[in-house]
Amino acid sequence: MSMPNVVPQQRFERENYLNQEYGIWSWLLTTDHKRIALLYLVSITFFFFIGGFFALLIRLELLTPAGDLVQADTYNKLFTMHGMVMIFFFLIPSIPAVLGNFLVPMMIGAKDLAFPRINLLSWYLYIIGGTIMLHCMMTGGVDTGWTFYVPFSSNYTNTKFVEAGIAIFIAGFSSILTGLNFVVTIHRMRAPGMTWSRLPLFIWAHYATSIIQLLGTPVIAITIVLVACERALHLGIFDPRLGGDPLLFQHLFWFYSHPAVYIMILPSMGVVTEIIPCFSRKRIFGYSFVALSSIAIAVFGFLVWAHHMFVAGMSVYAGLVFSFLSYAVAVPSAIKVFNWTATLYKGSIRYDAPMLYAFGFLGLFTIGGLTGLFLAALGINVHVTDTYFVVAHFHYIMVGGAVMGYLGGIHFWWPKISGKLYPEGWARLAALIVFLGFNLTFFPQFILGYMGMPRRYWDYSHMPEFQVLNVLSTAGATILGVGYLLPMVYLLWSMRYGKPASDNPWNAAGLEWKTASPPPTLNFEEQPVVTWEAYNYAELDAPPRMQEVPVG
Amino acid sequence: MLNNFPLWPEQASTMAHRVDALYIFLLIVAGLMALLVCTLIIYFAARYRRRPGIRAEQIEGSNALEITWSVIPFLVFMVIFAWGAVVYFKERTPPADATEVYVVAKQWMWKVEHAEGQREINELHVPVGRDVKLIMTSQDVIHSFFIPAFRIKQDVLPGRYTVEWFHATKPGTYHLFCAEYCGTQHSGMVGSIVVLEPAQYEAWINGGPNGPLSATGEKIFAELGCSTCHRSDVQGRGPNLEGVFGKPVQLEDGRTVTADENYLRECILDPGSKRVKGFQPIMPTFQGLVNEEQVNALVAYIKSISTLKSAPSSRTTARAASASDANEQAATHTNRSQVQQ
Amino acid sequence: MAETVMGLHQEELQHPELLHHFAEPEQQRNAASLGMWVFLGTEIMFFGGMFCAYLLYRHWYFGDFGAASNSIDATLGAVNTAVLICSSLTVVLAVWSAQTARRALLLAMLSATMLFGLAFLGIKGYEYYQKFEEHHVPGPSFSFENVRIPRHPGEYANPRHAQIYFSLYFLMTGIHALHMVVGLGIFSWLLLMAWKGRFTPTYHTPVEIGGLYWHFVDIIWIFLFPLLYLIDRHP
Repeated sequence: MSMPNVVPQQRFERENYLNQEYGIWSWLLTTDHKRIALLYLVSITFFFFIGGFFALLIRLELLTPAGDLVQADTYNKLFTMHGMVMIFFFLIPSIPAVLGNFLVPMMIGAKDLAFPRINLLSWYLYIIGGTIMLHCMMTGGVDTGWTFYVPFSSNYTNTKFVEAGIAIFIAGFSSILTGLNFVVTIHRMRAPGMTWSRLPLFIWAHYATSIIQLLGTPVIAITIVLVACERALHLGIFDPRLGGDPLLFQHLFWFYSHPAVYIMILPSMGVVTEIIPCFSRKRIFGYSFVALSSIAIAVFGFLVWAHHMFVAGMSVYAGLVFSFLSYAVAVPSAIKVFNWTATLYKGSIRYDAPMLYAFGFLGLFTIGGLTGLFLAALGINVHVTDTYFVVAHFHYIMVGGAVMGYLGGIHFWWPKISGKLYPEGWARLAALIVFLGFNLTFFPQFILGYMGMPRRYWDYSHMPEFQVLNVLSTAGATILGVGYLLPMVYLLWSMRYGKPASDNPWNAAGLEWKTASPPPTLNFEEQPVVTWEAYNYAELDAPPRMQEVPVG
Repeated sequence: MLNNFPLWPEQASTMAHRVDALYIFLLIVAGLMALLVCTLIIYFAARYRRRPGIRAEQIEGSNALEITWSVIPFLVFMVIFAWGAVVYFKERTPPADATEVYVVAKQWMWKVEHAEGQREINELHVPVGRDVKLIMTSQDVIHSFFIPAFRIKQDVLPGRYTVEWFHATKPGTYHLFCAEYCGTQHSGMVGSIVVLEPAQYEAWINGGPNGPLSATGEKIFAELGCSTCHRSDVQGRGPNLEGVFGKPVQLEDGRTVTADENYLRECILDPGSKRVKGFQPIMPTFQGLVNEEQVNALVAYIKSISTLKSAPSSRTTARAASASDANEQAATHTNRSQVQQ
Repeated sequence: MAETVMGLHQEELQHPELLHHFAEPEQQRNAASLGMWVFLGTEIMFFGGMFCAYLLYRHWYFGDFGAASNSIDATLGAVNTAVLICSSLTVVLAVWSAQTARRALLLAMLSATMLFGLAFLGIKGYEYYQKFEEHHVPGPSFSFENVRIPRHPGEYANPRHAQIYFSLYFLMTGIHALHMVVGLGIFSWLLLMAWKGRFTPTYHTPVEIGGLYWHFVDIIWIFLFPLLYLIDRHP
């Protein structure tokens, strides 16, 4: 509430959350959601490049059919660590913990999240989990696959599964606390006039995501506890030799891990739902349908877990039910795609970098979603499950979709976060490279999968016919790698050399654009009161005479 | 290099045609949907690009449109769902008179035992034009028996039997993969399916040194002393096993189960859990005393002394062949190529 | 709402515990209590995984679970149930005394709750000791030979299946006990704050949400007790 005493000399020297305090402790002990978002940004970027490095080694190994680059055990550790790092330490926290943390309070007109100290605690939990994971990787790693199926993980592997399990367990609590903070903040901290039907759809997406984080993550936590106990004490809960049921593990595991996919994609959908109206200068088409489809995805997402188990030895009738429900969850996703497309209709569309990422998202998510229809079809699933078809499908959703949205969001809100403009030309180039590189990497894998190449194969010298497609994929991965490195370079560059950004460079709707760039520590100079609907681009673009009273 | 660069896997079983038909249908449906969405996006993006002086036209939304693009995709999805389910039920329902082969998976190899006694490792010889049913179990972790050319896959679990079946249509050699990650040499757990002409197959199957699997089972049955209690002549301390396979069994706790492969297996390894009504719990467990191959042999033997002709059952895994081993062998000498649907 | 925005500075002076990012004490209180409810929702899912495992194996190994369950001392379990129900009462009284500014009663009730909690853990510890003596702790020295299955004459429980029961017993009660320990930590802190006189009729949210947590841990036990102790008891 205290107004800054400093007389603003120049616009960009206003007091803001970045320059209010300096020094390492002002960051490590901060409870400001915006600073915590930046802490997350740095840490998840670190893990992203570690995971990406593993991916690159995997692709290099698969360049030739023979297992000639690394040992079989090393390869198994590579794909395991790639999966665990990317999923638990990059994708799950990516948009919620960075963009969500930064934007949820600002978008609803709050000064901070409901529990700022718990927010900081969640970052520390993430760092503790991440450190244990790093330690685990550097002292031998794990080779169970990120799915760590029993009884392999509980009784057979000689690697450090328990340590990796502890890392994921702790990171999971970080995710739970983020979700808890969002739910309470969205319920209790909205500015006067910010009704549920005026919320930006980014908030709806994060609300749905938080529900999944809250209800799903504890289940993977207890599953990890059970596997670790099984491994240490040979209890028999999952060990068929002692009367246990390995399928119980798979049910518990996928009960979290399927909804977890929606933890990754829903926030990304939220980002795209902000970008498309802004660069089309239009209200979103079908606001309530887009909002409710997020909730529908969160709810139905919990009912489809066993579609990962159609060949696992489950009853055929269970397969039938889960296949049906998987098609049911596809409908709200389709609704979203159609609404985004309809929003473009009669718009006034600009192709700035965030919009290019959003277009990329639409294309890749559509392919990912449509190939999901193949996998949900029982008869086809039997053939393509556990092949590269599945690998391609979930990368289209979780990398094509989620990472495209993440990068789009980072670009869209970068002026707000850093107060600087990034070089637009480079950003458009990077978007193009990522899109092309991604398709070249993963589209061949659909064909490979239908050809029958199983996933997690270190050596395919018995089937040299798979090589051409693998070479294409590896070539694409190098391009993709360049595409991911570029934004990091020019965004860092822009922090120092970029032009200062105005408060609202895109002339976008939304409360976060009504405050300074970068925002002050308490987000708003005074408590905003909302009197308009979300995406009020008609008012924003109205001719100036309607906006301002001419001064006499 | 391009010579061995096909873009479509070989079709070598009846299932391959069914799966491919659905796959092609889906390619068309998904292709049309993708085309629709992408065309609209590109068209809108180009047609409504920003021009000076022209403002966007605000549209709230349209309930009619929302319902249209929810209901139509849903109906299309239901067609795919139903078609997929039909194929899946075919895949999961082995014909009653299929030739049975036992498969034991272990890190990192496939061990195959034919009813006639032939054993193979990482290879499976089967005749063309005949239904073959695989009864599979694992000695250690979960594996998955995957034959891309047949479009079939089934996880192989420790501690229980899972079943898959196929009907090869084309002689040749096809890939066999382990599709469930199982440790260091997962990618080395590959092999070949050799589909032979019936005559070649007969020569191959009868060329082995071993007797039929059921005979091995009979020997183990005698060695372990099973026959002292499970007698067929007089009422022993255990149930008479003759003709028991495929029949419903009344249990002590009131339940009724079908005596399928999984039930027999459970009775050998954990006799207490599903005890037959009217018998004392005196049978010791054979867990750890017999290995997976021996269990398979015992199951094959008990099946061979079953005289029941047909075994209707509700569980898919229980849809086992009821023909006795003797029948099986007799059948192999006659041409059964017309038996298939 | 608009009025409170204007009267914010005044509010701040009146409510020193009001954190900077909340507009008014009621918002802060609502946020805290919603936060605890949501957290308890995640706790239900956490225990839910174990309840699922329990249901599956109880169904599979019905008799073995009955036999194993009967080997546990139900009297101790019943006493513990009574102890926890009493502790819930003292928690409610503690919240009430905070609301009505009865500091002495608040201190007494918080202490009583903690004593009940400690008594529960003591009894639980004794039960664990008994199990240890009887070789019913899963692991290499586990032994459950020749235990009859109730009401099935001549049948003996399969030790391997009984071991699954005991695994679940130790995991479920162990994680429950861990929650009790956390609860004791929270109540120690509440006791300290109450002793310093931090709680007033207008500000006692910590007592309320600490109490919510305690009740939740009690409720988990209310489900554990019949599932673990009473499934096969007959008069």
